[in-house]
Amino acid sequence: MRMSLTLYIVFFGVGEAAVLLCMIRALRGPTASDRLVAVDAMITITTALLVVLGLFLERRIYVDVALVYAVLAFVGVIAVARYLEKGL
Amino acid sequence: MTITSVIGALIMGFGAIFLFLGAFGILRLPDVYNRLQAGTKCTTLGAFCTIVGVGIAQPDWIFKALIVAVFVLLTNPISAHALARASYKSAVPLYDGTVVDKCREFGECEEVGGAAGASESDAGGEE
Repeated sequence: MRMSLTLYIVFFGVGEAAVLLCMIRALRGPTASDRLVAVDAMITITTALLVVLGLFLERRIYVDVALVYAVLAFVGVIAVARYLEKGL
Repeated sequence: MTITSVIGALIMGFGAIFLFLGAFGILRLPDVYNRLQAGTKCTTLGAFCTIVGVGIAQPDWIFKALIVAVFVLLTNPISAHALARASYKSAVPLYDGTVVDKCREFGECEEVGGAAGASESDAGGEE
Protein backbone atom coordinates (compact mmCIF):
# COMPACT_ATOMS: atom_id res chain seq x y z
CA MET A 1 0.00 0.00 0.00
CA ARG A 2 3.06 2.24 0.14
CA MET A 3 3.21 5.02 -2.42
CA SER A 4 6.12 4.69 -4.78
CA LEU A 5 9.06 6.97 -4.19
CA THR A 6 9.02 8.63 -7.60
CA LEU A 7 5.38 9.73 -7.33
CA TYR A 8 6.04 11.09 -3.87
CA ILE A 9 9.03 13.10 -5.07
CA VAL A 10 7.04 14.49 -8.02
CA PHE A 11 4.04 15.58 -5.92
CA PHE A 12 6.12 17.02 -3.14
CA GLY A 13 8.41 18.80 -5.60
CA VAL A 14 5.46 20.43 -7.37
CA GLY A 15 4.04 21.56 -4.04
CA GLU A 16 7.35 22.93 -2.88
CA ALA A 17 7.77 24.81 -6.16
CA ALA A 18 4.35 26.39 -5.53
CA VAL A 19 5.45 27.43 -2.04
CA LEU A 20 8.62 28.91 -3.54
CA LEU A 21 6.64 30.99 -6.06
CA CYS A 22 4.40 32.30 -3.27
CA MET A 23 7.49 33.10 -1.22
CA ILE A 24 8.94 35.22 -4.05
CA ARG A 25 5.69 37.22 -4.10
CA ALA A 26 5.74 37.51 -0.32
CA LEU A 27 9.30 38.84 -0.43
CA ARG A 28 8.75 41.49 -3.11
CA GLY A 29 5.06 42.34 -2.81
CA PRO A 30 4.56 46.12 -3.04
CA THR A 31 1.97 46.37 -0.27
CA ALA A 32 1.22 44.53 2.95
CA SER A 33 -1.89 42.97 1.40
CA ASP A 34 0.20 41.33 -1.32
CA ARG A 35 2.39 39.65 1.27
CA LEU A 36 -0.64 38.54 3.24
CA VAL A 37 -2.29 37.02 0.15
CA ALA A 38 0.90 35.12 -0.65
CA VAL A 39 1.17 33.83 2.92
CA ASP A 40 -2.50 32.77 2.84
CA ALA A 41 -1.87 30.68 -0.29
CA MET A 42 1.28 29.20 1.29
CA ILE A 43 -0.80 28.11 4.29
CA THR A 44 -3.26 26.19 2.11
CA ILE A 45 -0.49 24.53 0.08
CA THR A 46 1.33 23.54 3.27
CA THR A 47 -1.84 21.95 4.67
CA ALA A 48 -2.09 19.75 1.58
CA LEU A 49 1.62 18.90 1.71
CA LEU A 50 1.38 17.81 5.36
CA VAL A 51 -1.27 15.24 4.42
CA VAL A 52 0.87 13.98 1.53
CA LEU A 53 3.84 13.70 3.91
CA GLY A 54 1.69 11.68 6.30
CA LEU A 55 0.76 9.33 3.46
CA PHE A 56 4.40 8.80 2.56
CA LEU A 57 5.63 8.27 6.12
CA GLU A 58 2.52 6.18 6.97
CA ARG A 59 1.80 8.25 10.06
CA ARG A 60 -1.90 8.90 10.54
CA ILE A 61 -1.23 11.59 13.13
CA TYR A 62 -0.04 13.98 10.41
CA VAL A 63 -3.62 14.43 9.23
CA ASP A 64 -4.52 15.74 12.69
CA VAL A 65 -1.51 18.04 12.55
CA ALA A 66 -2.77 19.38 9.21
CA LEU A 67 -6.23 20.02 10.70
CA VAL A 68 -4.83 21.95 13.68
CA TYR A 69 -2.53 23.89 11.34
CA ALA A 70 -5.47 24.87 9.13
CA VAL A 71 -7.55 26.06 12.11
CA LEU A 72 -4.76 28.15 13.62
CA ALA A 73 -3.79 29.65 10.26
CA PHE A 74 -7.41 30.62 9.57
CA VAL A 75 -7.65 32.42 12.89
CA GLY A 76 -4.33 34.16 12.23
CA VAL A 77 -5.31 35.36 8.76
CA ILE A 78 -8.65 36.69 10.04
CA ALA A 79 -6.86 38.53 12.85
CA VAL A 80 -4.35 40.20 10.51
CA ALA A 81 -7.15 41.13 8.09
CA ARG A 82 -9.11 42.76 10.90
CA TYR A 83 -5.99 44.63 11.91
CA LEU A 84 -5.49 45.95 8.38
CA GLU A 85 -9.13 46.96 8.10
CA LYS A 86 -9.74 49.04 11.18
CA GLY A 87 -6.69 48.80 13.37
CA LEU A 88 -7.93 45.92 15.55
CA MET B 1 -0.12 -0.84 -6.47
CA THR B 2 -3.80 -1.50 -6.12
CA ILE B 3 -6.54 0.25 -8.05
CA THR B 4 -7.44 2.62 -5.20
CA SER B 5 -3.89 3.88 -4.88
CA VAL B 6 -3.72 4.51 -8.64
CA ILE B 7 -6.96 6.53 -8.56
CA GLY B 8 -5.79 8.41 -5.49
CA ALA B 9 -2.46 9.23 -7.11
CA LEU B 10 -4.26 10.58 -10.19
CA ILE B 11 -6.46 12.85 -8.09
CA MET B 12 -3.44 13.97 -6.07
CA GLY B 13 -1.59 14.84 -9.26
CA PHE B 14 -4.58 16.90 -10.45
CA GLY B 15 -4.55 18.77 -7.14
CA ALA B 16 -0.79 19.34 -7.25
CA ILE B 17 -1.06 20.87 -10.72
CA PHE B 18 -3.79 23.20 -9.47
CA LEU B 19 -1.64 24.22 -6.48
CA PHE B 20 1.25 25.07 -8.79
CA LEU B 21 -0.96 27.08 -11.16
CA GLY B 22 -2.43 29.04 -8.28
CA ALA B 23 1.01 29.96 -7.01
CA PHE B 24 2.07 30.93 -10.53
CA GLY B 25 -0.96 33.22 -10.77
CA ILE B 26 0.01 34.83 -7.47
CA LEU B 27 3.43 35.58 -8.91
CA ARG B 28 2.20 36.86 -12.28
CA LEU B 29 -1.07 38.77 -11.89
CA PRO B 30 -1.03 42.58 -11.65
CA ASP B 31 -2.74 43.65 -8.43
CA VAL B 32 -3.90 42.37 -5.06
CA TYR B 33 -7.44 41.46 -6.08
CA ASN B 34 -6.40 39.44 -9.12
CA ARG B 35 -3.77 37.65 -7.04
CA LEU B 36 -6.40 36.88 -4.44
CA GLN B 37 -8.64 35.44 -7.16
CA ALA B 38 -5.94 33.04 -8.40
CA GLY B 39 -4.57 32.24 -4.98
CA THR B 40 -7.90 31.40 -3.40
CA LYS B 41 -9.71 29.43 -6.08
CA CYS B 42 -6.81 27.39 -7.38
CA THR B 43 -5.33 26.54 -4.00
CA THR B 44 -8.74 25.64 -2.56
CA LEU B 45 -9.47 23.17 -5.35
CA GLY B 46 -5.89 21.91 -5.34
CA ALA B 47 -5.78 21.28 -1.61
CA PHE B 48 -9.24 19.64 -1.70
CA CYS B 49 -8.23 17.27 -4.51
CA THR B 50 -4.89 16.45 -2.89
CA ILE B 51 -6.37 15.62 0.51
CA VAL B 52 -9.26 13.61 -0.94
CA GLY B 53 -6.74 11.78 -3.13
CA VAL B 54 -4.78 10.81 -0.02
CA GLY B 55 -8.02 9.57 1.53
CA ILE B 56 -8.75 7.44 -1.54
CA ALA B 57 -5.23 6.03 -1.72
CA GLN B 58 -5.33 5.05 1.95
CA PRO B 59 -8.97 4.08 2.66
CA ASP B 60 -8.52 3.94 6.44
CA TRP B 61 -7.90 7.68 6.47
CA ILE B 62 -10.89 8.80 4.41
CA PHE B 63 -12.85 10.14 7.38
CA LYS B 64 -10.12 12.37 8.79
CA ALA B 65 -9.05 13.44 5.31
CA LEU B 66 -12.62 14.48 4.51
CA ILE B 67 -12.78 16.52 7.72
CA VAL B 68 -9.61 18.42 6.77
CA ALA B 69 -10.74 18.84 3.15
CA VAL B 70 -14.19 20.18 4.07
CA PHE B 71 -12.62 22.53 6.59
CA VAL B 72 -10.29 23.95 3.93
CA LEU B 73 -13.21 24.19 1.50
CA LEU B 74 -15.30 26.17 4.00
CA THR B 75 -12.75 28.50 5.57
CA ASN B 76 -10.62 29.48 2.57
CA PRO B 77 -13.28 31.70 0.90
CA ILE B 78 -13.98 33.38 4.24
CA SER B 79 -10.36 34.35 4.75
CA ALA B 80 -10.15 35.52 1.13
CA HIS B 81 -13.23 37.69 1.65
CA ALA B 82 -11.72 39.20 4.78
CA LEU B 83 -8.45 39.88 2.96
CA ALA B 84 -10.13 41.54 -0.02
CA ARG B 85 -12.32 43.68 2.21
CA ALA B 86 -9.36 44.71 4.35
CA SER B 87 -7.22 45.63 1.37
CA TYR B 88 -10.05 47.67 -0.21
CA LYS B 89 -10.73 49.51 3.02
CA SER B 90 -7.04 50.24 3.52
CA ALA B 91 -6.96 51.92 0.06
CA VAL B 92 -4.78 49.47 -1.84
CA PRO B 93 -4.97 50.76 -5.46
CA LEU B 94 -6.76 48.76 -8.14
CA TYR B 95 -5.12 47.72 -11.41
CA ASP B 96 -5.07 50.51 -14.01
CA GLY B 97 -7.07 48.50 -16.52
CA THR B 98 -10.02 48.36 -14.13
CA VAL B 99 -13.14 49.76 -15.78
CA VAL B 100 -15.75 49.57 -13.04
CA ASP B 101 -15.69 50.06 -9.28
CA LYS B 102 -19.26 49.64 -8.05
CA CYS B 103 -18.35 49.95 -4.40
CA ARG B 104 -17.00 53.46 -4.90
CA GLU B 105 -19.81 54.45 -7.28
CA PHE B 106 -22.50 53.69 -4.77
CA GLY B 107 -20.67 55.56 -2.07
CA GLU B 108 -20.52 52.61 0.28
CA CYS B 109 -16.79 52.80 0.79
CA GLU B 110 -16.17 56.45 1.56
CA GLU B 111 -12.84 55.98 3.24
CA VAL B 112 -11.07 54.84 0.06
CA GLY B 113 -9.09 57.67 -1.48
CA GLY B 114 -8.36 57.61 -5.23
CA ALA B 115 -8.65 53.89 -5.76
CA ALA B 116 -9.41 53.39 -9.47
CA GLY B 117 -7.47 55.09 -12.23
CA ALA B 118 -6.56 58.11 -10.17
CA SER B 119 -2.94 57.09 -9.72
CA GLU B 120 -0.75 56.42 -12.74
CA SER B 121 2.31 55.95 -10.59
CA ASP B 122 1.99 52.19 -9.97
CA ALA B 123 1.23 50.87 -13.44
CA GLY B 124 0.97 47.12 -13.42
CA GLY B 125 2.70 46.67 -10.12
CA GLU B 126 5.64 44.86 -11.72
CA GLU B 127 9.21 46.04 -11.95
